[in-house]
Amino acid sequence: MREVICIVCPKGCHLRIEETANGDYNVSGASCERGIEYGINEVTNPVRVLTSTVKVEGGSLVRCPVRTDGSIPKSKIFECMEEINNVTAKAPVTVGDVLIEDIAGTGIALIATRSVS
Amino acid sequence: MENMQYDTIVIGGGPAGLAAARSAWENGLRSILIIERDRYLGGILNQCIHNGFGLHHFKEELTGPEYADRFISLVKETGIEVMTDTMVLDVTPEHDVYVSNSKGFEILHAKSVILAMGCRERTRDSVGIAGTRPAGVYTAGSAQLYMNILGYSVGKRVVVRGTGDIGLIMARRMKLEGAEVLACIGASDHPDGLARNVNQCLEDYDIPLLLRHTITEIRGKDRVEQVVAMQVDEHRNVIPGTEKVFDCDTLLLSIGLIPENELSKKAGIPLDDRTSGAVVYENNETMVPGVFACGNVLHVHDLVDFVTEESIRAGKSAAEYVLGGGKQGGEPLKIANGDNVKYTVPMMAHLDKLEKNLEIFFRVKKMFGENSRIVVTQGDRQVASFKRPYMASSKMEKIRIPVKLLADVSPEGGPLVVSAVEEGGGANA
Repeated sequence: MREVICIVCPKGCHLRIEETANGDYNVSGASCERGIEYGINEVTNPVRVLTSTVKVEGGSLVRCPVRTDGSIPKSKIFECMEEINNVTAKAPVTVGDVLIEDIAGTGIALIATRSVS
Repeated sequence: MENMQYDTIVIGGGPAGLAAARSAWENGLRSILIIERDRYLGGILNQCIHNGFGLHHFKEELTGPEYADRFISLVKETGIEVMTDTMVLDVTPEHDVYVSNSKGFEILHAKSVILAMGCRERTRDSVGIAGTRPAGVYTAGSAQLYMNILGYSVGKRVVVRGTGDIGLIMARRMKLEGAEVLACIGASDHPDGLARNVNQCLEDYDIPLLLRHTITEIRGKDRVEQVVAMQVDEHRNVIPGTEKVFDCDTLLLSIGLIPENELSKKAGIPLDDRTSGAVVYENNETMVPGVFACGNVLHVHDLVDFVTEESIRAGKSAAEYVLGGGKQGGEPLKIANGDNVKYTVPMMAHLDKLEKNLEIFFRVKKMFGENSRIVVTQGDRQVASFKRPYMASSKMEKIRIPVKLLADVSPEGGPLVVSAVEEGGGANA
């Protein structure tokens, strides 16, 4: 059994994840479906949304904040950071613009989270 | 500017000001001005590039800049006026607002004022850390600005003093940008930030959490070279002989936030010692008629979603005040903090002005287990009770008392008292 604090929302539910006899997982303490999914992921394939900034050229700001447009495996975080650090966005940038289509082979895009004129 | 008389002037263009202005518009005001001292709207959200915002309000997970962007769009589609790069110098009880910007000095007048100035960070001086004064000592929020907006590398070997949310988030952020984070140091026996941030910011990145410790000395000539940490006892006195020396070039401080109420004081608005914010009624009106307060200037929140909710109410109340000609409620009911509760917001409520619920925000003083409750009493009588597992001082709590349950409550019966109890013990168990 593993106990973790759920990070899906600020409520911070105390999850207890138990492996059942047939190899499934039983999550207790979650107050929503997403918490159950988080609990199972946490013991099988932990994932996170990664946020950072990228360099901007020709804009009113020098950095544009970004995030992965979905969760990526925790083990790929630093690989993703390397790719993020090599991106330069050209202004104007609009919220939601795709800056990397498939970051570190995860199948997840990197998108802008602020518009830069 | 021709029209210098507004229905409402909102001071501050962060999440509180934006939501309050939009709400004032939705509730019928048409002459609204937001004054922001920065170049952009959005306030602190612009530098909070991490995710976790909006789960309550938008039912989806956004980053700070995205959350701000939603509200900036909601403001831009109305006729709300915005003045950026503008400093408010003074507010009077008569709703005169003195402003200064590149065009010069101006006195504006409004029928109502909404205070949404937010809060600022406590600094090295607030905790009195001894030692030299080298470069490399930052509040966590300044480091966040330098790194996320201005694009500077803040340091290579970092110690974080304080375990507040911004400190935890910056510890992770610096680690992601290649710095070594040697420790997050907190004086109490539990972290001040949310449990989820301890999990995803420290544990995910193997950043050591050092509790019951404090920083006693900063060393270094031009740049920080070392900091000294020492263990503290339950009274927070340092224990001799427990020195730990960290070789680092940066010290981040995440040691609490203070509502920024200099303008409120100038306007003669009574403040509350517990929150350092204004004393307010259930509609977010301060004790100066027609002046409302919301967001972190009223009390420090940990979730922007709650700031939004509170600010929507403040905007609506300002609209009602202006359109209703400044009508005041009857004798207010006092609301008090009982056992294990630090403060309540609001501090007073006009029962005759409530719609469906009386909403009360508060923080508890200690950690609670699974079987805990919030009880609301007046005199010997229990008015309401709410099951609430795992309360912690790091997490703001909120209760909604249905008006039905307040039918027998009147101001003459004494204050309404909010307490937190472990099941099986305490008052009215």
